[in-house]
Formats: sequence, C-alpha cells, structure tokens
Amino acid sequence: MSLAIPKHLENAPILYLDGVSVSFDGFKALNNLSLCIEPGEMRAIIGPNGAGKTTMMDVITGKTRPDTGTVLFNHKELNELDLTQYDEAEVANLGVGRKFQKPSVIETLTVFENLELAQKGGRGVWQALMHTLTNEKKQKIQNTLELIALQDKAQDLAANLSHGQKQWLEIGMLISQEPELLLIDEPAAGMTDEETMKTAELFKTLAKNHSLVVVEHDMDFIAALDCKVTVLNEGSVLAEGSLASVQKNQQVIDVYLGR
Amino acid sequence: MKRIITSLICIFAFSSGVQANAKSDNLIKPPGFADAIETLALANTGNSELSQPKIESEKNNSQSTLISSIKSLDELAGQLITADYVTKKEIIRNIATLKDSRALPFIESILQGELFYIKKSDQLVYRQLLDNKKYLAVSALNGSELGEFKKRKLKKIGINNNLRGEMKTIIATLKITSTDPILREHAALEILKGANENTLTLIDLAISKETDSSINEILMTAQAIIHLKSVDPLKRIDAIKSLEDSLYVESRNALMLFINENKLNNSETSKEEITYAQETVNGIDKLVTLNNVAENIYFGVSLGSVLLLAAIGLAITFGVMGVINMAHGEMIMLGAYTTFVIQQLMPNHAGLSLIVAIPAAFLVSGLMGVLIERTVIRHLYGRPLETLLATFGISLVLQQAVRSIFGPLNQDVLTPSWMAGTFTVNAGLELTFNRLYIIIFSLLVLATLAVVLKKTLFGLQMRAVTMNRPMASSMGIRTGWVDALTFGLGSGIAGIAGVALSQLTNVGPNLGQAYIIDSFMVVVFGGVGNLWGTLVGAMSLGIANKVFEPMAGAVLAKIIVLVAIILFIQKRPRGLFALKGRAVED
Amino acid sequence: MSTLHNTSENPKALKLGPIGTLLMGDKGGQRLIMALIAVAIIFPFCNLVFSEGSFLHVSTYTLTLTGKYLCYALLALSVDLIWGYCGILSLGHGAFFALGGYAMGMYLMRQIGDRGVYGNAELPDFMVFLDWKELPWYWFGFDQFWFASIMVLVVPGILAFVFGWLAFRSRVTGVYLSIITQALTYALMLAFFRNDMGFGGNNGLTDFKDILGFDLQSNTTRCALFIASALAVILGYLISRFITTSKLGRVLVSIRDAEMRTRFLGYKVEYYKLFVFVVSAMMAGVAGALYVPQVGIINPGEFTPIYSIEIIIWVAIGGRGTLFGAVIGAIAVNYAKTYFTGAFAELWLFMLGGLFVMATLYLPKGIVGFIEDAKQGNGTSNRFYLLFKNTPFSKWFSKQSSKGSV
Repeated sequence: MSLAIPKHLENAPILYLDGVSVSFDGFKALNNLSLCIEPGEMRAIIGPNGAGKTTMMDVITGKTRPDTGTVLFNHKELNELDLTQYDEAEVANLGVGRKFQKPSVIETLTVFENLELAQKGGRGVWQALMHTLTNEKKQKIQNTLELIALQDKAQDLAANLSHGQKQWLEIGMLISQEPELLLIDEPAAGMTDEETMKTAELFKTLAKNHSLVVVEHDMDFIAALDCKVTVLNEGSVLAEGSLASVQKNQQVIDVYLGR
Repeated sequence: MKRIITSLICIFAFSSGVQANAKSDNLIKPPGFADAIETLALANTGNSELSQPKIESEKNNSQSTLISSIKSLDELAGQLITADYVTKKEIIRNIATLKDSRALPFIESILQGELFYIKKSDQLVYRQLLDNKKYLAVSALNGSELGEFKKRKLKKIGINNNLRGEMKTIIATLKITSTDPILREHAALEILKGANENTLTLIDLAISKETDSSINEILMTAQAIIHLKSVDPLKRIDAIKSLEDSLYVESRNALMLFINENKLNNSETSKEEITYAQETVNGIDKLVTLNNVAENIYFGVSLGSVLLLAAIGLAITFGVMGVINMAHGEMIMLGAYTTFVIQQLMPNHAGLSLIVAIPAAFLVSGLMGVLIERTVIRHLYGRPLETLLATFGISLVLQQAVRSIFGPLNQDVLTPSWMAGTFTVNAGLELTFNRLYIIIFSLLVLATLAVVLKKTLFGLQMRAVTMNRPMASSMGIRTGWVDALTFGLGSGIAGIAGVALSQLTNVGPNLGQAYIIDSFMVVVFGGVGNLWGTLVGAMSLGIANKVFEPMAGAVLAKIIVLVAIILFIQKRPRGLFALKGRAVED
Repeated sequence: MSTLHNTSENPKALKLGPIGTLLMGDKGGQRLIMALIAVAIIFPFCNLVFSEGSFLHVSTYTLTLTGKYLCYALLALSVDLIWGYCGILSLGHGAFFALGGYAMGMYLMRQIGDRGVYGNAELPDFMVFLDWKELPWYWFGFDQFWFASIMVLVVPGILAFVFGWLAFRSRVTGVYLSIITQALTYALMLAFFRNDMGFGGNNGLTDFKDILGFDLQSNTTRCALFIASALAVILGYLISRFITTSKLGRVLVSIRDAEMRTRFLGYKVEYYKLFVFVVSAMMAGVAGALYVPQVGIINPGEFTPIYSIEIIIWVAIGGRGTLFGAVIGAIAVNYAKTYFTGAFAELWLFMLGGLFVMATLYLPKGIVGFIEDAKQGNGTSNRFYLLFKNTPFSKWFSKQSSKGSV
C-alpha cells in the first residue's frame, strides 16, 4: 500500500459515504453503501457488472441524487460538504475530478484546447469570454502534454487520437483540473500492456498529493497499483482489504465465478 | 283628408302594436334578432287590422257565425283570403278541429309563409320557383298544378306575431295527439315554450292521455309553469316542487319571474314561497353548472381522443427510434384525403366508404411512412435534430403535392347519417354522436395497438429495440426492418387519425399543420415509449383546453395550455411517464 | 493549425487592430466583410447617383430586397451562433426577430402621429378603430427612438432569458427543447393575432410614415437603412466571431459535442447556454428591427413556426458552425426563394422541402463545409471538388477555423 502522508486534516476522511441507496424504477443500483476514503489514499474498486460502481461515481459527482444516505467531502478550506447539494459542475469545482469509462474528450477540439478547457480556474461565463492564455498557463499545458506524451499531437483534433491516447488525454485533463480527489473509471481499457503499466506508475505518482478512487477490471493493473481494494456487489460493499486478502475471500470468489 | 287621418291613426296604432307584440313575445321567449325583424315586418302589414278596431269586431261577429256553419277544409280555407287577422285566427282554430289529415300541413304552411293565393282566381296554392323565374302554382287543397304565374300574380296569406304564436300552439295541439312519439315530443316542447293559461286545459288533457314518461315530464313542467300563476297557494307550492331539478330554460325563467313579481308582495306566504322558489332556482343553477362541467369534459375528452389519435403514432416513432417526425401531420392529412378519394369512388355509400377508408388510410399513410424511413430517415440515424429538419422538408413537399393534385381549397367529406344526431342525457345536456364515435374509435385504436405491442412478435421486437437497440440487434432482430415497420405503423395510425378528423374539420392541405404542435405537446407532456403516457397526456390536454375555453376564450385557452406545458417540462423534462435509469440519459 | 500562417499572409489584418486580430485566419470572414462594405457603398451610390435608365443604376426595389436579405443574414448569424456552436436547435428564433420588429414597429407607429386615417395624435389607428380611449401602458416610451432601440434588444433578451433560464436549468435538451421553442413561438403567434393584445391583431403594424423624421419612402432613407443593415451584419459577424474564438466559444463547442463532459469539467452549462441564447435573441431582435422599416409592415405571420424552421435551413445550407456560411446561406436561399416564388410559385415549396432533405442527407456541413472537405480531399465529395478545381470557386473559401487562437 502506498499511503502518502495526509497533507491536512489528519485521519478525517476526504470522502465519506454512509447508507447511500439509489433505485431506478424499483431496481436498487446502490443498497446502503458505505465507503470511506482517507486523504491521500489510493483505493481500487472492483466488482461485477451492475455492482453499482458507476452509480456510486454518479452519486459522488452530483449526477444522481441518492434516495437516502450521506455523501460528505472534506474540502481543503470549506471542510465537510454535503455533496448531494451540488450539481456536477459545482462538485467538479470543489475539487472532485472524474474520468469516464468511455474516453470522453471533446473530439472537435484539438488536444491543446481540450487541456486548456480543463485547466483550473476561469469557469465563469464572463471569465471565459475574456480569457487570455498567459505564458504561465501555456507552460502548464505544455508540461501536461509532456506528462501524457502527446506533445507532438497538441494541434491535432482529439477525434484523430487512438483509443489509448484518448485515455491519456482524459487523464491529462483530469490532472489539469488540479482536483483533490480523482474518480477514475476503467482507465486501462483499450491500452496496451506497456501503456497500462505506465498508467499505474502515473497514478502512483499522483497519489502522493491527491486522493484517488480507481474502478478497474484489469487485475494486473490493480496489482500494480498496490493499494487497498473494495469489492462492490449488488450495490453494497462485499469485502475490503489488500488485493491478496480480497482474492482469497470466499464470497468474492462466489460472486465472480457464480454460485 | 280621410286617408291622412287614417294613416295617423295607423302610426299611433303601429307603435302601440309593436309594444303589445313585444310584450306577448316576452312571455314566450326573448325575441332574437330575426324575431325582431319579423315583428317589424308583421307589424307593418298588420296596420290595417289595428287601425280599424271597430269595424273589425263587427266583421268578426258576422264572419264567425258564418264559419261555424261551414265544416269542410276547402270552404274554411277559402275564407282565409279575405279574412282579417282576428278572423284568420278563428278560421285556423276551426280548421284544427276538423278531422282532416290535410289540416296540419296546411296550418304549418301558413305559419311558414308558404301559402299563397292566385290574385285572379282566389285559389290557395303553394308555389315553386321555375327556371324561367316564374312560379308554378300547386293547389294547396288537392295538389293539382294550376299553371305558371309571375311573382306578383301570387299573394301570400299574411300573418302577424299574435297569429303566429297561436298557430304554433295549435300545431302543437295537433301534433300532441300524433302517434309518432318524436313528433309528440317536439309538440310538447313547443307547448312548453308557449305555456299560458289558455293552453292549460289542453295540457291537462294531453297529460292524461300521454303514455311516454319523458313527454309527460315536459307537459308536467309546462303545467307547473302555468300553475305558478295560479291564485291557489297550494297549487303554487306544488308547482315549485315539481319544478325542482327541472333543466328547461323555461322553468328557470318562470321561477325567476315568479320571484320578481312576488317580491313586491309582502305577505307571509309569498315570502316562504319566494325562499322556496329561490332555493329551487339555486338547485337548478347547480345542476346547470354540473351540466356545463359534464359538457366541457365531454368536449375535452373528444378533443383528447383526436389528439390521442394524432399523437400516438408520433409517440411510437419517437419512443422506438428517437425520431421526431415533423411530417406526421401530413400523414394525418393523407389519411383525410384518402377518405375523400374513397368517398368520391363510392358516392352513394357515405357510411360504407368511411369504414373502407380506415384500412385504406392506414395503408396509404403507412406505406408513405415506410418509404420515408427507407429513403431518408435511415440515413440520419442518431442525428435527431437533422431528422427533424429532413422530415420537415418532407412535410412541405407532401403539402405542396396535395395542393397541386387536389387544389388549395378544402374538400367536402360527407358525414354518414348514423354519425349525425345527438344523444340526450337530460333536458340541459345533449351530446353529439360524432364525438362519441370518435372517442370510442380512438380507444379502440389504442386497445388494438396495445394488443399488437404486447401480444405479437413484431410488438415484442419493437419493445426490445426501444429498450436496448444493440442487444436486440445482437439477438438477431433486424432492427432496420423494425424501424421501418415502426415508422410505418406510426404513420398508418396517423392516417387513421385523418379519417376521424375528416369527420370533424375541413380537409385541406394544411390539415396536418393544425394538429402537429398539439400532438408534440401531448408527447412532451405524456412522455415517450408509453401508451398510457400518451393517453393521459392527450386527455389532460384536451380537457384542459376545453375547461379553460369558456373562461378565457379558445385562443387564450390554447396559449395558457402551451405555457403550462412549457412550465411543466421544467419540472419533468422527460414527461409525465418517463423512462428512468442510465439507458435513457445518453 | 493554419491560423498562424495566415497571419503572416495578411499583414493588413494586423494594422486593423482588434478587428484585424479577430479576423486573423478567417479568410472567408475577411472576404465577407470586404464584400459587405463594398455593397454598402456601391449599392446606395448607384441608386442615388445614376438615374433610372442608366446601366449602373441599382433600383430601389433591388436595394430594399438586398437590405431584406441582409437582415435575414443577421438572423441566420444569430441562429448559427446557438445551433452551429452550441447545438441548441431553436425553432423559435422567428419569435425574437418578430419581437424586435414589433418594438421598432411600435416606434414607427407612434411616429405617424395624427397623420393616420383617424387623425388621432396619441393613438394608432387600430386602437381608435377598436374604440380604445388611451394608450396601453406597454406602448409608453415608444415615441422615443432611443427607448424603442433599447427595447429592440431588451424584449427579445428578456424573453430569451426567462425561457432559457427555465429550460436550461432543468436540462431540457435536444428535440424536446426544439419542440418547446416551437410551442413558444406558436403561443406568441396566437397571442399576437388577438386584437386585445394591443399590437394590431391580424393586420399588425403598418402604414409607417417616417423614421427619425426622414420619409421612409425616400431613396435616401432607404439607402441609409441599407447601410445600417450592412453595418449590423458586419457588427454581428464580429461579435459572433469574438464569442466563438474566445475560450467561451470552445466551451460552447464542447457543450455541443459532449455536454455531460463539460459539466464534469466544472462548467455551468446552463449559464453558458443562457448567455449565448440571450445574445443570439438580441441579434435576432436587431435583425427584426432593421427589417420592419424596410418592408414597411410587421404582423403576427412572422411568428409562424414554419418561418422559424426556414431560418434553420439557411444556416444548414450555408454551413452550420461557420459564421460566414450562415450569411451566405441566408442570402442564397432567399435569393432562390424570391426568384422561384416569382417564376414558378408552385415549385418553391417542393424546392424548399427538397433543400431540407438534401441539406441534411448530402450536405451535413453546408456549402462551406462541402467545399472545405473537397479541398482537403475528404470522403466522396472529392469528386465534386474537381468540378470546381480550376474555377474561382475553389479559391473562394479558405479553411475557416473557429479554433485557432493558439
């Protein structure tokens, strides 16, 4: 486990979910889910299809309102915030970044413009209208481009990138947002083994000064992340612990292999 | 000199005559515009009667003795030509007492101003306008043709308003003994309109003979209205009692008159009677309100049914394919034109042609729908806004095509006789049959559709494609064909809606445009992919429109409903019965 | 991409200051503005200086007709701004156009004064006819040109703001939004048809006499209105260009293409949509205000939903998401309309309908996009490009890039 030293608020969790339930037309997507992420922690979340992983992210990021339960986020300055009171944009601006399962970059803009849009600050309409790109900001984008190895493609339309490159671009956008907490949905999908390992390395670097929640199916990738693992099933937590301990858990084996 | 004096008297008498006429009219019914004109016209011709009261009464005496001795219609009728108004009344009364089958049509023809006489020969005739602008005179007594005459050679048997009222009652008395219950009912209503002391005995007699309960009710109402003026307080109370819940306009008017007249009278009994009468009026008013509400709901439901028919196809295509078909209104129009064409092909069978038109319109519009889907919409899949524009273009082409073929004017589509007529719920509430048929028809269509969707393989495939297109496709469902057939089905139902609409509105190239926005509103309000949503949406919209209409007027009502929907969609952006969950949000 | 190179090709642009910077790399835009300026000078000049028989004479009819097209061009720009760049398909922009027109019409109506049929200095003729005794409150102030001018912006702006605030906040999108915008303009049409509304009902506002004291029938006034329309299109173009090349423009594009993603980047999508919707509605209002004095009438027919959809086809034909494409589309389609409704009235609706289908099926990017694609050799349209290759056409349209501020 690579537990970085919490920058602030010792032991108070950065993300705290308690008794969260969501149902769609009678189907319980989340069922009394409780989860606790410490500041600076990296957490991997696994679970079969329909376990509620994406719905959980929807709840945290304000896309879906939970029927019951609390979702608290420990903001650097504002302290405990009830995330269910904010919409997606507000949650994002509070410092929760999200990467989607399907790589979603803005295909009709260039790689550079994608990063420019993601760059922290200037979210207001008027600010956007009067926005000028300072050298400092340009430099930052340049740095991110190097980090995600797309500096040669800066002026290409995002639509022309390969699947893996899009994933990287999206990770780059996530970093540009400078969030405190990153929610990452299946980052390794469509990547080569080499890219997958590079991604894992990148996340480990990020974990030094961010909190990360990573949803993934690729067990090698999770092993490479080397962090605490939470197993979701039918909308609630089935098991929690190191990857090794979880893999030995009989219930987890049953769920994955079928009873 | 004498003439001048006479005419002066005439003027004086004329003005007082109008007053008298107006007064007697008021008791019967408030005169409408047409009545007022008639009153004037009659008063003009009536001058002679009123200007010579003295001479007239003498004449009257002498003639009445003469009349009583004559017993045949032919002879009595002959007297009409020279008789003055008072005598005419006497003559007509006498004719009525004759047991002659010609009496009723004869008196009716006088009332309608259709009885003339030939100036030269004093023969009573009916006239027919011929092509050469002359009139053919037909004897009123034996039906034989008496030759052609110029207009001024024939003179009408004049009547005045007084005589007119009398004749109506006389006709009613004749009809009330008819064997045909419909005729009797009309007669009873006529009697109710003209109820006064003079007709009381007649009414009593009719009641004792009448076997039909609804006709009896009308007669009893008339009787009660007359009894309100009785000097016997018990009779009056009884009368009020029997007027409870009576929905005839005359009942309420009589009660109000009764209240107003007796308010001046301060005795204890009349006070009680007034309160009682007032309560009765209040009760009637409540019933009338209830009737109005029921009627508005009926209109609302019938409008809702039309909207249901118009919108249901739209909801299907939108639900399954995510496609808004702007040419949907034109599919309705095609259905209506199909009805028109089929009616032209079988001109003598209005009813049958309507029934044939239903499957025909379904086929015409449905095939057009499949054609549009295969040639245009298929290529725009996943681009709903572009589809909207393309189908709008198609709607323009179809409109212009119809305009080029059939011309820009509205076409006449006949309504079969079994769709005309009304259904009487109570005296104040009559519902038209055509609306009732359309309500039933739309519900039948809805039910059929529900069965098709639930019980057939096509329905199953359609639902599968609605819920999860890629999965349905991977299970071997040919989604392309399902799309085409769905579009065809939606369009076909629009065609059927066109058949229904051809019975309600004008059939013209713009027919579809009139309903398309309302149909959209139904879909937006009810939500897509759900027949119940469409049903509830259509009915709510129909009823809301018709409930606001009496308060705000038709246009404002429509605006209110539109604005209400725009506000509603804020609360539920995907309609009343929206699908929820992850699948819908993409 | 090509933007930086274009700067060096156009040193003139740099001299022009902020406007030049704005048009940097927008060859189509530069040409369009040059053309507009030229037309704004030449047309009135030829109308006023050369006499009627002269070869160089531009008739007042042509002048007014072209002025009308320019108003449509501005309207098309406003629609392109929200549809082309933000993906909001408004089927109700005709309503904003008409509202701007009514605001101007009300001013012109009050300018008539006692020269109306009834000679009432205070009340317009139709109010006298309806037996109204005093001016309704919402007619106050419209005797002042400055007030009417503000209302031309404010009335469509406020309607767009209220409607947009309700719709965007509750995330009504796609065809749903299109349909309720259509319902909005339909409701307004019904309302304006009512005599009780106090806007002249069926007949609308007409029989205008003069504007700012100048006779509307005189050639000079018409020339002035023509020049004003051309300037308005230029200004509208520059404003649209400024918006679309700013970071806000890129946010709009990302809302158009990935609305959810934009939200998760922390942008309040509803505010952005609201902003551009209101700006667009105001532009449409100005277009309406310039249109009314030139055609001399405004009536509820302008609210007809079909007209609003027609605007969309101008933009679609010209090239959605390219500003000068919208201008070209508006002028081209309307020129065709004038020609065909005159020559073959029956054919026009067939053609218009056909245009809708063709544009969506075969010209998804409009004329401009088609030619761009052709030049780049993309897809099947390459073959068609060969047809234009050695004609002036091929050089007419440069690669116009909305994404070039790097």
